[in-house]
Amino acid sequence: MPTPPLLALRGVCKRYGVVEVLTDIELEIYAGQVVALLGDNGAGKSTLVNVISGVAPADKGTIEWEGRAVPIKRPHDARDLGIATVYQDLALCGNLDVVGNLFLGREIRRFGFLDEVEMERRTRHLLERLTKGVPDLRVPTVSLSSGQRQTVAIARSLLCDPRVLLLDEPTAALGFEQTREVLDLVDQLRDRGLGVLLISHNMGDVKALADRAAVLRLGRNNGFFDVNTASQEQIISSVTGATENVPHRMASHESRW
Amino acid sequence: MRRTADNARAHPTEPTEPDTEAPQPSRGQVFARAVARGVDRQVAVARRKLSAGELGSLPVVLVLAAVWITFQSLNQSFLSPRNLSNLSVDVAGTGLIAVGIVFVLLIGELDLSVGSISGLAAAVFAVLNVNNGVPEWLAALIGVLTGTAAGTIQGFSFAKTRVPAFVVTLAGLLTWNGFMLYILGASGTVNLDEHGLVARLTSYYFTNDAVAYGLAAIAAAMVFLVCYQDRRRRKAVGMPYRSLRGIVTRTGVLAVIAFTGAYLLNRFQGLPLALLIFLAVVAGLDIVLRRTHYGRQIYALGGSVEAARRASLSVTGVQTAVLAISGTMAAIGGLFLASRITSVSQSSGSGVLLLNAIAAAVIGGTSLFGGRGTTWSAALGMLIIQSIASGMALTDTPAAVQFVITGGVLFAAVVIDSLSRRSQKAHGRA
Ligand SMILES: Nc1ncnc2c1ncn2[C@@H]1O[C@H](COP(=O)(O)OP(=O)(O)OP(=O)(O)O)[C@@H](O)[C@H]1O
Ligand SMILES: [Mg+2]
Repeated sequence: MPTPPLLALRGVCKRYGVVEVLTDIELEIYAGQVVALLGDNGAGKSTLVNVISGVAPADKGTIEWEGRAVPIKRPHDARDLGIATVYQDLALCGNLDVVGNLFLGREIRRFGFLDEVEMERRTRHLLERLTKGVPDLRVPTVSLSSGQRQTVAIARSLLCDPRVLLLDEPTAALGFEQTREVLDLVDQLRDRGLGVLLISHNMGDVKALADRAAVLRLGRNNGFFDVNTASQEQIISSVTGATENVPHRMASHESRW
Repeated sequence: MRRTADNARAHPTEPTEPDTEAPQPSRGQVFARAVARGVDRQVAVARRKLSAGELGSLPVVLVLAAVWITFQSLNQSFLSPRNLSNLSVDVAGTGLIAVGIVFVLLIGELDLSVGSISGLAAAVFAVLNVNNGVPEWLAALIGVLTGTAAGTIQGFSFAKTRVPAFVVTLAGLLTWNGFMLYILGASGTVNLDEHGLVARLTSYYFTNDAVAYGLAAIAAAMVFLVCYQDRRRRKAVGMPYRSLRGIVTRTGVLAVIAFTGAYLLNRFQGLPLALLIFLAVVAGLDIVLRRTHYGRQIYALGGSVEAARRASLSVTGVQTAVLAISGTMAAIGGLFLASRITSVSQSSGSGVLLLNAIAAAVIGGTSLFGGRGTTWSAALGMLIIQSIASGMALTDTPAAVQFVITGGVLFAAVVIDSLSRRSQKAHGRA
């Protein structure tokens, strides 16, 4: 039997009120692979991230971790499994400083009190790996630039050595140099055996980095591609709906990987 | 979060310790250059903080100084030991309530029930102790726990229904007041034992001079030790640290304030027990807020409830706990207020008490928008409000003027809060 995927979604549905935002979603993330999740605005990509990270649990369907069905009902569950997320809106507390945000919910303590020195040391260490221009660690994050905030959010996701990383447009606010640094980092993480789900609108990045691509359209799967063999046109036409994909074929597609 | 004017932290890449400078062209030159650099840096830091909206407690201290100077020039006995001592005792009751309010403001909510809860707790205590002969300590404990229970109920309802806390506590305001009137019954007023435990909360003074001086010395020494220890650890792991001179200056300023206060209090009747308890509570809760995991959660909720939830914090738990704390502090404050007049009546906890408590927290610099403020801001704000009240009484000014002035200070505080919040945001977007 082949090794099961690190994380798999089987027939996941999510509705907000009467609107079904996600319908019968299938997705597999293997260790040491980068899966690009593509789709137009409003396709349901961020909603899918929220489902996996426990922010908005699925209504139907199962999530499997290394082949076993696991309940992900709240953010805590996902974190305990080793799933870390960079949300599209970053989900930082603007009034807390960089160190406070990185360690929120898992502060290091010393004699029962916060160990600011140790937390600051680790924060600096982590950020230096990510970027050359480390921001002031003690200013509230509202007063950082969008790019700096994004870097902080990425650093936070790496803090506890996750096994699956969900990146929702992690380079949207980043400059040229910064984007390259983050993509290099994702590359390194893949080599270290992490499974990465990368949401991006930049086909160039997807082509350069991803192993596979899954396309969402109007809340449904609309094709899976091997990025190395599929052409860019093929993928884009699937995203825009030029090739309205047959949902039935998709399941067999998925199993062939 | 409170930011301190601290050059080492603002420039994390360069430790500012002067004694690490090795080459020496000429002493005078080096010194002049170092001073110039230091001044430049201070100015830059100050400017950055100003434009980033981090004014800290400086405006509050300036307002307090202005109030004191004004009243001292109007009436020479304003800054007399007797008046300052009375002022410090008057601050305690409402101040304790304001400290609880700070917790609620930090999560971006408002608690309107603290006045009623303080009255209810005092009534529970008075009826149990005076009318039913329950031992004083037990009656006081039950009174305080009544406040905790009331706060917990409100907190839980707020967290579960997501009705804004000010609405839930508005309902509480009426409910708890009703309970209090019912408990007090027809008679309406209960006089406390003048020599009892609760009465002595605000009438006991440590007449031995050594107590006030000793505590001032201990406080200064503790602050110095904590700062020094922090510096040592930072230095050991190669992180930016405060200069020794900075620590000494900071401790020195604190020591001067503490010893001046002790000297003045000793010239009247000594250190009031009420002031000691108040300061201990403020300092203790400040440590809880800023140095523990629990406090960090409160600040996080004030920044963004959604972000806190995604970081796996128990939002419901923290919200409930915060209103429970506010209820508890209101009850304790209620006992102090009852102690000050040694009686509990139907008007206990009514009137401007609620407004003063909220105003104190806001005037002291706690943000109405959540996420920014400390317990010390409640103490400072309360000191300003009480100073105005005391000064007005000394100068025979009508209450109407007092309201207008306090209202003006509150308005100024809210405007500063709002402006600094806006500039902080603009700063981020720039
Ligand atoms: N909390 C919510 N309540 C109701 N509807 C929602 C909610 N969140 C998302 N939706 C709806 O779900 C759909 C998918 O939204 P989602 O944010 O997942 O899109 P997306 O693929 O991430 O788009 P983008 O590329 O713009 O980030 C949208 O039509 C949106 O209106
Ligand atoms: Mg999205």
